[in-house]
Amino acid sequence: MSKLYDYLLLLGDSSMILGHRLSELCGHGPNLETDIALTNISLDLFGQVRNYFQYAAEMKGEEATEDSIAFLRLPHEYRNVLLAEQPNTDFAYIIARQFLFDAYHLPLMEALIESKDEQVAAIAHKSIKEVRYHLRFSSEWVKRLGDGTEVSHQKMQEAIDYLWPYTKELFEETPLEAAMKTEGIGADLNALKVKYDAHVQGVLAEATINIPETPFAHSGGKNGIHTEHLGFLLADLQYMQRAYPNMAW
Amino acid sequence: MTVVVNEVIELIREVSDPEIPVLSIMDLGVVRDVEVKQKDVLVKITPTYSGCPAMDMISTEIKYKLDQAGYNTTVKLILAPAWTTDWITENGRKKLEAYGIAAPLEASADKMALMGESRMVKCTNCGSTNTVLVSQFGSTACKALFKCKDCLEPFDYFKCLK
Ligand SMILES: [Zn+2]
Repeated sequence: MSKLYDYLLLLGDSSMILGHRLSELCGHGPNLETDIALTNISLDLFGQVRNYFQYAAEMKGEEATEDSIAFLRLPHEYRNVLLAEQPNTDFAYIIARQFLFDAYHLPLMEALIESKDEQVAAIAHKSIKEVRYHLRFSSEWVKRLGDGTEVSHQKMQEAIDYLWPYTKELFEETPLEAAMKTEGIGADLNALKVKYDAHVQGVLAEATINIPETPFAHSGGKNGIHTEHLGFLLADLQYMQRAYPNMAW
Repeated sequence: MTVVVNEVIELIREVSDPEIPVLSIMDLGVVRDVEVKQKDVLVKITPTYSGCPAMDMISTEIKYKLDQAGYNTTVKLILAPAWTTDWITENGRKKLEAYGIAAPLEASADKMALMGESRMVKCTNCGSTNTVLVSQFGSTACKALFKCKDCLEPFDYFKCLK
């Protein structure tokens, strides 16, 4: 398939895997409002994924559909960043993961509205308003927990410390992303990083959260090398299509 | 020809948003274009939010209604230009309010309202502006949840999207 096809999957996979993580919280949020908020964000992400995958399926032709792309690949064929697949633990952790992803997702969409590919630009235009809202929500919660009680502060600091090594991968350019950038279709990750850093540093300072200094970083997701969590997630996500091929609601 | 187009539009007007049954999709502003060539109709609609689960149902209903009336209908989902709450008609805003959903404010006021910084969203029950944001996210993707501090009723606010 074309590079653009692979790029659409790379873009869509992170949103889909994070969207699935958030959907696991449906009915399990710490209170009604945050439960509804997290599942609303999940729904937005799934909507964006459908746009990417419908476009990809059209490009692939044959029997491909948005569903076959979403459900019928093997773990190493998913290109999501590792941050997105990390499991749900406590609320501070869920918010920290969301915040770090949103802070990357917004400048990514801001870059893609300039894409030379019209449909990619249209999807970004549609997504950007939603992503801006997500970032506002997660940023407010990082501040509230970080600058909250002793316990909430400690939990937020631990969450940021734990997830920080997963953020470097967001800006590591793969050969595919380099090629897409050169063609004017994809985003320049270095330019994103500047906006990301400014926002993340500002919010964490307000939240009285220290920025971890660890040089250690995980990566591999964008090349199909995942943490052990993805397999379990996919077993759940793909269950119906694997057990009952081509089933439809 | 114009007469035919009008008939098609009137049929489409009968389709409502399944989440807000009082609101016609014409008033919601999601119908972007209608092309009629004899009995072939192409209707272009755009989603309010990317993940709006109502879009599939809206497409099905448009096709059903027009096909029933003897047309050969295709419904196409388009993404650009992206939908904005500015496309909700004046009539649509009145219907939202009557249904108990506060209509969207303009962008800067909306931002302040959703940050909990302003009291501009009017209670749909008693009309008081002494209201408070309960949650930025509401029962559907397009709404936020508010509460009136005077009559104590909770109500939905249709978020501004630009
Ligand atoms: Zn009231």
